[in-house]
Amino acid sequence: MRENVKKFYLGLIVLFMYAPIAVLIAQSFNASRYRGQWTGFTFQWYAALIENEDIMNAFLNTVSIGMLSAVMATLLALVTALGMRRMGSRGRIFFRGLANIPLLNADIVTGISLMLLFLGLGLRLGYDTILMAHVVINLPYAMLCILPQVLMMDRVCYEAALDLGATPAQAFSRVILPELKPGIMAAFLLSFAMSADDFIVTYFTKGAGIETLTTEIYAELKLGIHPEMYALSTLFFGAVVVLVSLLLFNYRVIRRYRKAEKRGAEE
Amino acid sequence: MSNSKALQKLFAVPFGIWSVLFIVLPLFFVLWHGLTDGNGAFSLENLTTVLQWEYLKALGLSVELALVSTVICLLVAYPLCLILQGLRKAKGIMIFLLFLLPLWMNSLLTTMAWQTILEKNGILNEILRSCGLPDFTLINTPAAIIIGMVYNFLPYMALPLYVSISRIDHSIIEAAWDLGANRWQTFRHVMVPLSMPGIVSGCTMVFIPALTTFVISALLGGNKILLIGNIIEQEFTAAYDWQLGSALSMVLMVFIILNILLEAFTESKNSRKKVKA
Repeated sequence: MRENVKKFYLGLIVLFMYAPIAVLIAQSFNASRYRGQWTGFTFQWYAALIENEDIMNAFLNTVSIGMLSAVMATLLALVTALGMRRMGSRGRIFFRGLANIPLLNADIVTGISLMLLFLGLGLRLGYDTILMAHVVINLPYAMLCILPQVLMMDRVCYEAALDLGATPAQAFSRVILPELKPGIMAAFLLSFAMSADDFIVTYFTKGAGIETLTTEIYAELKLGIHPEMYALSTLFFGAVVVLVSLLLFNYRVIRRYRKAEKRGAEE
Repeated sequence: MSNSKALQKLFAVPFGIWSVLFIVLPLFFVLWHGLTDGNGAFSLENLTTVLQWEYLKALGLSVELALVSTVICLLVAYPLCLILQGLRKAKGIMIFLLFLLPLWMNSLLTTMAWQTILEKNGILNEILRSCGLPDFTLINTPAAIIIGMVYNFLPYMALPLYVSISRIDHSIIEAAWDLGANRWQTFRHVMVPLSMPGIVSGCTMVFIPALTTFVISALLGGNKILLIGNIIEQEFTAAYDWQLGSALSMVLMVFIILNILLEAFTESKNSRKKVKA
């Protein structure tokens, strides 16, 4: 009885979380252009996706801004973390607090304040201003991934490399970078996800004539979304689901393998 | 050695410049616009305008809806995390991932899908009608906005909550039972205090975005229900009254600072407790 109540509760929340996603996926196969009326099954929106220039442009902007801002935020976070390693705890707390401001601030305030800054400096809003704004919002997440690893890093290996005749540059690329690789990867991926998903900051810093996927969706909301957009997000969501299940499957296989290995060792 | 130490410290300089330019300076721009009139002279006129009934009403409604959604998120997420904590660890994490997966769908699109569900002739009403039940008119009401907020921000409540609940040592709970506490007493005096950091950080992570959203209210409130975020957005993109928009943003900044202080306060209280123990 208790178990059933628990299962029912979990099921209810899954239903709540996935109902809108089911609606969106259904709409990507709906022959009607208008949401809320079903006129038959079709693949035509998937075929039309490649030819829709607005969506493809917005998609390319999202990907390139996401990549560039993620690389810049990750590099800046890495360099800063290495500098913070040599600071006292006071300096660290101060820098960490500074870096966390965009994370704790409301997106709308961050967006507006950056827009006022760019316009106040006489810049034209466009691709470059979106890129700079995205580095600002990515940076706290990149720091969150990299800083703990840098602070915990052991100096011994680096010094051993130096003693064995490596130049500082060699020691950095052969010893420090491999050790920090997981944190750097996580920082890059999380930054990219934050950049690609951002709407509010982009909306205020983008200017006329350039759209990312999220602002393109917002612009289309008033006139009715192009069904190709549903097709694109269904493809994307499908890719994420496949990726996550592969990861989980991989994890389970590794675990089973380790268990078998352990059992073998015991015998 | 100390030379290279000082040298390495310099690595943090680019970030120092960066943060002054792109984090601190922008906030001063907001303050400057909020505290000057159109010609750049100091004035408190924008702040007194904020006190007009129209803006106070929007602010009050925003606070109310954000509070209600935060409480609902907490009430929904807490039992969820308790159930997941009772499962085997790998299974619990797997189901938890299932709840995080929807974050990968664009939130503008999922919010619009709620419009399709809650509409007058939407999916919910179709289902109710086919069961012979009366209609619900939810769209363009505060209730619809709350549903949208809970949907969008529930994962942000569940994540810190799950982390702090799964960290609780099960032997402490068993000790409470052994000492004669019933289920409610264990929950009230053991679980809640131990998961307090997760509760506070979850609440702040839901409250601020819910307070400042303009997208959810625009899509599910049908432009009739104005929240503070909608008014700020309009001041900047339609009315071009940057001074008033900045003054309203300053009001939001007060709420954000209060939130940060609340979180810092519980954190320091908690770490002090740990030191004592």
